[in-house]
Formats: sequence, C-alpha cells, structure tokens
Amino acid sequence: MSYRHNDSGRLIDRSQTLTFTFDGKTFTGHPGDTLASALLAGDRMLVGRSFKYHRPRGIVASGVEEPNALVNMGHGNRMEPNQRATTTELFDGLTAVSQNRWPTLDSDIGAMNAAIARFLPAGFYYKTFLWPRAFWKNVYEPFIRQSAGLGRAPTEADPDSYEHFHVHTDVLVVGGGVAGLAAAKAAAATGLKVLVLEQTHYWGGRTPVDGGKIDGMPAQEWIDATVAELEAMRNVTLRTRTMGAGVYDHGYALGYERLTDHAPDAEGPRHRLWRIRARQIVTATGAIERPLAFAGNDVPGVMLASAMRDYLVNWGVVPGQRIVVATNNDDGYRTAIVLKKAGLDVLRILDAREAGGGALMQEARDLGLRIDCGRGIGKVSGGKRVKKVQICVTTGTGGAMEALDCDAVAMAGGWSPVVHLWSHCGGKLVWDDAQAHFRPDPAKAPTGADGLPFVTTAGSASGPMALGSVLQDGAAAGTRAAKAAGGKGRAPKVPVAEDVEEAAMLPVWQMPARAEYRLKSKSWLDFQNDVKVSDVELAAREGFESVEHTKRYTTLGMATDQGKLSNINGLAVLAGALQKPIPQVGTTTFRPPYTPISIGAIGGSARGDIFQPVRMTPMHAWHDVHGADWEPVGQWRRPYAYPQQGEKVEEAVQREVTNTRDNVGLLDASTLGKILVRGPDAGRFLDMLYTNMMSTLKVGRCRYGLMCSENGFLIDDGVVARVGEDAWLCHTTTGGADRIHAHMEEWLQTEWWDWKVHVANLTEQYAQIAVVGPKARQLLESLGGMDLSAETLPFMAWADGELGGIGVRVYRISFSGELSFEIAVRAGQGLALWEKLVEAGKAFGVMPYGTEALHIMRAEKGFIMIGDETDGTVIPQDLGLDWAISKKKTDYLGKRAQERSHMTDPTRWKLVGLETEDGSVLPDGAYAVGRGKNANGQLVTQGRVTSSYHSPTLGRGIAMGLVLHGPDRMGEVLEFPGTDDKVYRAKIVNPVFFDPEGAKQNV
Amino acid sequence: MLILTCPYCGVAADETELTPGGEAHLTREAPGSDDAAFEAYLFQRENPKGVHFERWRHSYGCGKWFHAARCTQTLQVYGTYPAQTSAPPQAICDKISGARPGWSWRLFG
Repeated sequence: MSYRHNDSGRLIDRSQTLTFTFDGKTFTGHPGDTLASALLAGDRMLVGRSFKYHRPRGIVASGVEEPNALVNMGHGNRMEPNQRATTTELFDGLTAVSQNRWPTLDSDIGAMNAAIARFLPAGFYYKTFLWPRAFWKNVYEPFIRQSAGLGRAPTEADPDSYEHFHVHTDVLVVGGGVAGLAAAKAAAATGLKVLVLEQTHYWGGRTPVDGGKIDGMPAQEWIDATVAELEAMRNVTLRTRTMGAGVYDHGYALGYERLTDHAPDAEGPRHRLWRIRARQIVTATGAIERPLAFAGNDVPGVMLASAMRDYLVNWGVVPGQRIVVATNNDDGYRTAIVLKKAGLDVLRILDAREAGGGALMQEARDLGLRIDCGRGIGKVSGGKRVKKVQICVTTGTGGAMEALDCDAVAMAGGWSPVVHLWSHCGGKLVWDDAQAHFRPDPAKAPTGADGLPFVTTAGSASGPMALGSVLQDGAAAGTRAAKAAGGKGRAPKVPVAEDVEEAAMLPVWQMPARAEYRLKSKSWLDFQNDVKVSDVELAAREGFESVEHTKRYTTLGMATDQGKLSNINGLAVLAGALQKPIPQVGTTTFRPPYTPISIGAIGGSARGDIFQPVRMTPMHAWHDVHGADWEPVGQWRRPYAYPQQGEKVEEAVQREVTNTRDNVGLLDASTLGKILVRGPDAGRFLDMLYTNMMSTLKVGRCRYGLMCSENGFLIDDGVVARVGEDAWLCHTTTGGADRIHAHMEEWLQTEWWDWKVHVANLTEQYAQIAVVGPKARQLLESLGGMDLSAETLPFMAWADGELGGIGVRVYRISFSGELSFEIAVRAGQGLALWEKLVEAGKAFGVMPYGTEALHIMRAEKGFIMIGDETDGTVIPQDLGLDWAISKKKTDYLGKRAQERSHMTDPTRWKLVGLETEDGSVLPDGAYAVGRGKNANGQLVTQGRVTSSYHSPTLGRGIAMGLVLHGPDRMGEVLEFPGTDDKVYRAKIVNPVFFDPEGAKQNV
Repeated sequence: MLILTCPYCGVAADETELTPGGEAHLTREAPGSDDAAFEAYLFQRENPKGVHFERWRHSYGCGKWFHAARCTQTLQVYGTYPAQTSAPPQAICDKISGARPGWSWRLFG
C-alpha cells in the first residue's frame, strides 16, 4: 500500500489537515501537499486510465512530466479537465474526479480494449476506418468522436479573471533551482535587471532532495541564503508558481503565473500571462528522469526513482513498503539509499551494468542492500498495483531468473536535460554519448536581432548532472548572459560543491535488450497515449522512418505531457529499429508552451465587452433608447431595424421600407467611410484608384465609383464628391473605411511616393444622416436654412449650408431609388440634427430605418452591395458595371488584371435579377443547377443567389444572382435546390425591380 | 515576435504593432505588360532561407511603410529603411555582406 510514512516531508505542515475528495471519496492531506502526494498518502494508487487501452494508471512522476495522474478538477463553472495531480497544490475542499473511465475508475468497461490490444496497434485508426465508404459518416465518425479527447470540456463560462503583464528585463532566468539561483546571483551582481521565474512554489529545485553541500552548507541553507540575498536586491524580481512557457523571436518570452489555483478563495486574478522582453534568457530548466522500458512498466506502483525519492523527502509518502529498484546509472542508488534510511524494505537493486556503479553503490552496499549487477526487470505483474517482479539478465531475451513479491518498483533510466525553451526559437541539440541524452549545443544558440545568441542554458539543462558542475555551469551562464546584455562588473564567487564520483551509465532502451514480442508489447514508452516499444518498431517496419512521421503514426509524445518522459526512449527505439545512430534520427520539434497554459490566461482581460471595442456613432444612444435591434458591421453596431411594441423584427423591416417609400425615413449613415484625398495630384491618384474617371468631376458634383484590387477584383464602392479644386471626399463602405484608407496610403507611400497627395480618414469627424422618401425635401425645408430645390441641388450634386441652424453639407445621392439627401454634419452636432429631424418629421410621418430596410430598398433598385454581390472573385464586368469603367484611361489598379483571358471569358457568371414563380424568397447563397454531373458526381452549377429578400414594395420575393450567360437568358427558369430538400424555381429577370426609369429619385 | 525599428519615428516596435506587407522592391507591371511579367509581379515571391527584404507598415504607430532587411534563418535584422526607394541602401548591403559573404537576393547582392 502507499501511505504517509514517517515524520519526514520537508514541504508539508503536519500540524494542519486539509480535506478533499477524489471520485466522491473523502481524503485528507496537509498544506504543502500536491494532489498526487495526498492521494498516495491515502493509498489511492490507481488514479486514471490510459487513452487507448484504458489501462490502469498510477502516479509515475512528481512534477510537470507526469503523464498519468490527470484529473477533472472542480465543478460547475470552475470545472477543468486534464489537471495534473503532481503540480496541483492541495487546498481544503478540493474536488477531483478521474477521467477516461466508465462507469468507475475501478471497473471500467473501456478496459476491454486492453484485451484486444493485439488488434489495436499503431496506426489502427488509419488502417481500420477506411471502408466501406458508407460507414464514414454514421458508423466511424461517431465511434471516433466517442473515443476522442481526454476529460470533458466545461460547459459554463469561466467566472475567474485573468490578466497580462508586460515586462522588460535585461536577464530572464527560467528556473529557480540551484543553477537558476546561481545564474541569477551572477547576473544580478552586475546591476542589471534580473527576473527569475520558478514553476513550483519553492526554490532550489530538487537539490534538497538529492542532497549535497554547497559552500560547506547543507543545500537548503544555501538556497535560503541566496534567495534572501536576491530578494534584497532592487534589480531582482523573483516569482514562484510561474512557469517559463515559451521563448520566441528577438528575446520575447512568456511566463505563466498561477496565482490562486492553490487558494481559490483568494482575491485577484487566477492566472497571469507574463509577456516578457529580455535581452538575454537563461534557461535553468533542469532535467527529467527517463523511465525504463520493461514489460509492465505502466502498472501502478512503478515509479520514476527520482519521483519516489521526492515523495518520501518532500511529502513523507511512499508508494509501497517492499520496493525493487531498477537502474542503469548511479543516481538510482540515491533512491535506494533514501528509502533504506527511512526504514523501508528495499528488496533488491537491479543494476543493468555488469560492473555496477561507483561510490553510491558502495554506500548502498554498506547499508546492507542487495545489489544484482547485469540484471534487470523482465516483467512486472499486477493489475491495479504491483504484485511481483521477474528478474532477468539485462542482455537476454527476458527469461525469468527469479521472481520477487513486492509492491513498488523504482526505475532509473538516466536523465535528459529539459531543452524545450532552448529549442523553441531555434536552439540546436547535440547527442551526448556518455549520458545518452540530447543536450543544447552552445555553438548553435537561438539568435536575436543582432545575429548573436540570446539564450544560454544553465545547470542540468546544459547537460551536467552532478551538483558541483551544475552550480559552476549556472554561475557561468549568469555571467555570460549579463555580459551579453551589457552588464559590467566582477562576477561573484562561484558556489562550490563536492561531487561523488559516479560510474558511467549504460543506455538501456529496452529491458532486457533482446526482449520477445510479448514483453515489448507490454513495455510502455508513452504512458498516456499507450505507445509501446512494439508500436514504434512496427512504425519503423511500415516505413515511418522519420521521427516526425513515427510520432504522428504512433501518437508517441502527442499526449498532454508532450512526450516529456517518452521522447528520448521512443526515438532511441526507433533508431534501434532503423539501425541508425540516435543523433541521425533526431528529435521531434519542441513547441511552446512547455506545459499547457489556460485559455483564460491567453485571453487575459480581453473578454466580454472589452474583447473588442465597439465603435459608436453620435446617435448610437438614441438608437438604443428607441429599440434598435443591433447588427455588427465591422467594429460598429448599426440598427438592423427598430421594432416597435409587439412587433417582430421582420415586421419592423417591412414597415420601415414601406414608410420610407411612402413618406420619409431616416438612416444613420455615419459609419460609411469618409476619406479626404487632397493635393495637386489628387485627381490623378483617384483615377488610378477608381475604375472610372474622377479627375474630370466638377466641384460641387458627386460620382459613383468602383475600386478594384491590383488582381482585378472589386473591393469597394461608394460616392465620390469633389469638394474643392484639389480635394475629393471618397465615401467607402462601412466595413471598408480603414482598409481603403490603408490601401490608399500603401499606394501613395510605396509606389507613387513622388505624387503630391495626402489622405485623411474623416469617418468619425462627421455624422451623416440619410433623409429618404417622397417627403424628404418637405421635411428638410421645414427646418429651413438652405435651398434644396431640384434646380439648385440636382441629383448627384452637393451643397454647403445650414439646416435648423446647424451647419451642414448636403449630398443629393440615393441608394434607395427615392428622393434622398445625405446630410453630413460635424460629429458633435449629429444627435442634435437627428433629433430636429425626428421632431420636425412627425408631421411627415418620419420613421428611422435600419440596415435591413436599406438592403431591401437597394435590392429593389438592383444596386449591388460589396460583400453580397462581391466575394473577392467578382470583377465589375460581372456585375454589368461596365458603364463605370473608363475606356479612356490607360491605367488603373486592376486594369491589367482584367485583361487576362479568364477575366474576359464570356462564360463568367453575370448579374441578373431572379423572381420565384410562386413569389417565395429564394434561399440566399443557393446554387442554380444545370443538366449533368461534374467529375465528383455532383450536379453541375450554372449560377448562384447573391442577395435575396422579401420586398414589401412588390409584395414578393426578389433576388439577385450571378448566372452563366445570365443577361442573355431573360425569362428562363432556373432550379435552385435548397438545403431543406426543396427545389426553388426562379425566373431570370432584369435586376432593377422597382422604378427602372428613376422617376422617384429624380424629382 | 520580431522587433523592427521604424526608420521614420525611430520606435523599436513589436511585431504586433506592425503589418507585414510581403516582399519588397517589386516593380509594378502596368497594362501592356506581357502575361508572364504580370504573373511574376502579382504572384511569384522569393522564399529564401536567409537574407530577405520585406515590406512592413508601422500600422499602430506612425502609419508609415518601411522596408526591413533580415535573415529568415537567424532572425538577424540587418536594417530598416524608408519604402520610398527601389533598392536597399548600400550601408545595409555592406552589413549583410559582413554577416553573410556572397549573399544574393534577386538583383541585389
């Protein structure tokens, strides 16, 4: 059984007891416990199920590398899946439930997958769900979806708050172990700004567990003294519970601080994302121990040797009382010694090396431990916990020499530096034969804007594992980073520790070396995703020779732990199968974040109302008070319609159209872009931007214009007014204002930079109100102040003046086919004018109308809308707008492109009107089908609907669409299959449905 | 996230302050150009592992377009310069030659 053993446990406070539940059962722990240590203390060995075979899974590690102990934390709106028990600090009232099991963790139906594991090899999905095709949608997809994903996603909105910090520092040290502290001390001595991030809540890393003396003091004393010294320095910032998540271009790094995960009742944000710019980054990220690949290495109770040591020293917890230690290096002895000294029964140390180890082996022997050299584990037996170990010859095929009854196994496979942060931004690795690991290659560091390295590694992250060399390397890294960041001054004394002599380790990638298939197929590499030695070998046999391909084929390292335990073992097995040296196989790519970070932290405070600022016109509040049903248009909100009491939105739209056509309507057109183009070359510039001629426009007049991209496609349209000899005001679409302004700037700055033109985006400087309908002139005249007669202000003219005492510019333009005036007024006067119009308009039956009424009225007139009739593949010629394309101009943006053969192809679909035979509304976006089928067996298409509405004016559905040879096929009936399985029939007609002579607007 | 210094306002700007504009020093092909030249102007782009010349706009700053000479491999920035030119400044070319002797990019190098 696993239990709280003795009085040890340097991180816990035994004077206080905390209560928590796991799968509904109540457990206790102490402040300082992790969920993992507290579960072990409560004899909860089985904590989860593996992804594919639903194998019983226990805690195997003690830190971020843990692949198995993933739980669903909390409930309701604070529920969160896949939380790692080994990095979850215990608090009172914590609730956790296990994942990937049904109905319970102990009796899980999915576990029958394990029984048929022989038939679920690597690539199972790729091989199995192929045929018959008819099964794809209704049989295979539901099955795959059912088994996809680990844990359940929360369904409620997250109530916690999150924030971002933006920080600049000279030196960033990631990792608060002894190497990180030594580096920070060395860098801080130069007076530079130093930021130190440590992912756990304590300093010193694993050194206090591993033991040793630094500068003659016990390690913990040195750590405490150093932290105190750093805390006292004004140029140093220290943060615990903050993980270095990623390193990016030019010294950018992300830190992930967990502020209240351990104290959920505390005030303030839950997580904080540190967005750091550092001149130099020191990665003192430590090392992670590797498991050994022997059969049954996934049975709960088999643990990394270092983790077993951690649980005992840090939390006073042991996973069993009768323990077998398997190792291929001297470090495994440290665990055996610690266990023995704590009074536990270490049954046997199995050292894979024929010659055994060095001083630590001697120490173990002196303690009376039995050591078998050249021996390893052939197989671990047990279901939900370890029962028995079979001992074999390391070099053999796995024949059992002896069996030992035991309840826990410690495995020590050697250490791999944590190279993630080094690698994120391009740092390269080199294979270290002596330690059988990849370590950073200092000659190939990530480089910054100056072309020089900006990341340096410290301590065991560099490769050396012994305390003395770790400290030396750490201090040197700090000094190096400070110097590169411009620091001056003498480096402090390098801390010293005496190292025990260690014997060489022996790489063991499969234990025993010539294991039979039955053993290899039970030797786990990736515990979470169920990838075994046999799977990687199968992948190699099937031709997945690249490590990146093998990864994806087998899912090795693709679990939430991202292969922190499995990576090196997996690629070593692959190298073995391919009979290539390991460095030739290489590693997969390391990508940020180092461990998963919360979506909340990424979003920070940018959520809800402040996710994106809403742009408001001066009349926004009036619309809101008057019941506007809002529609987002770009970053604006525009009234879609103004439903009255008891009125549906659709009914309001119809009423607004009818009232505007019969009386007078008001539209807030302030969102339309208004860009002033001015200068001696302004006319020439606009002639290049628009397809038609703008330079010939007379002052006082307006002209409708089209803008195309250099690729020929229509990108925007609007009315241009010449407001002076050298000045034009260009109206753009609401969504296009910023884009078109940028488009103008780009061409002016990068192509025609010698042209004397400047542009200014005045969109927000003016409010604009469209007064539309047969009574529009009467309404405006009732305000008084200027002559708006047809003689003085004809269609497509503008004039400055005054209305109701407010200075205005009136454009007589129409997007509805009605008599229409668009009145521009300084933004600050917008609401005042609007209210005057509403008040004075009562006598004329004025009503505001929204964007949908606007859309219907323009469609009734056959006017195109950017984004409806255009979609980035449409040219003006498709829309029958040839009249707006100048034949005289030798050049404009898009002209050359429109000369290409496919742009002049007579089979391009062209704009027409569409009328259903029964007056119903065509589905927007529906395709007109023709006779015959294409190569994919689909009906051939010959057109599509681009806009479709119910027209209250005509009392029927109207639509516009692009149709093959459309204008030549007037009267022909097309069939449009809907997604509702109905087929809609519509006749091709002229796109101008209403008042084609323009009698209403020209009065 | 890159840092590029805007040659107009002098701000060392984070990439999030900038808008990328693709390859620099393109020559516009007007009506009358042949199809191959127009296609190359519109679509064909360098994709070097090494020295590259790019257009950037300081969108959330002074709004100016500028060019950057940088290495796509080492992320070294050789320099930034105003967009109102059809060739990189000699000083920047010299700096590139110092870091990468024998470099070439389109007609430059």
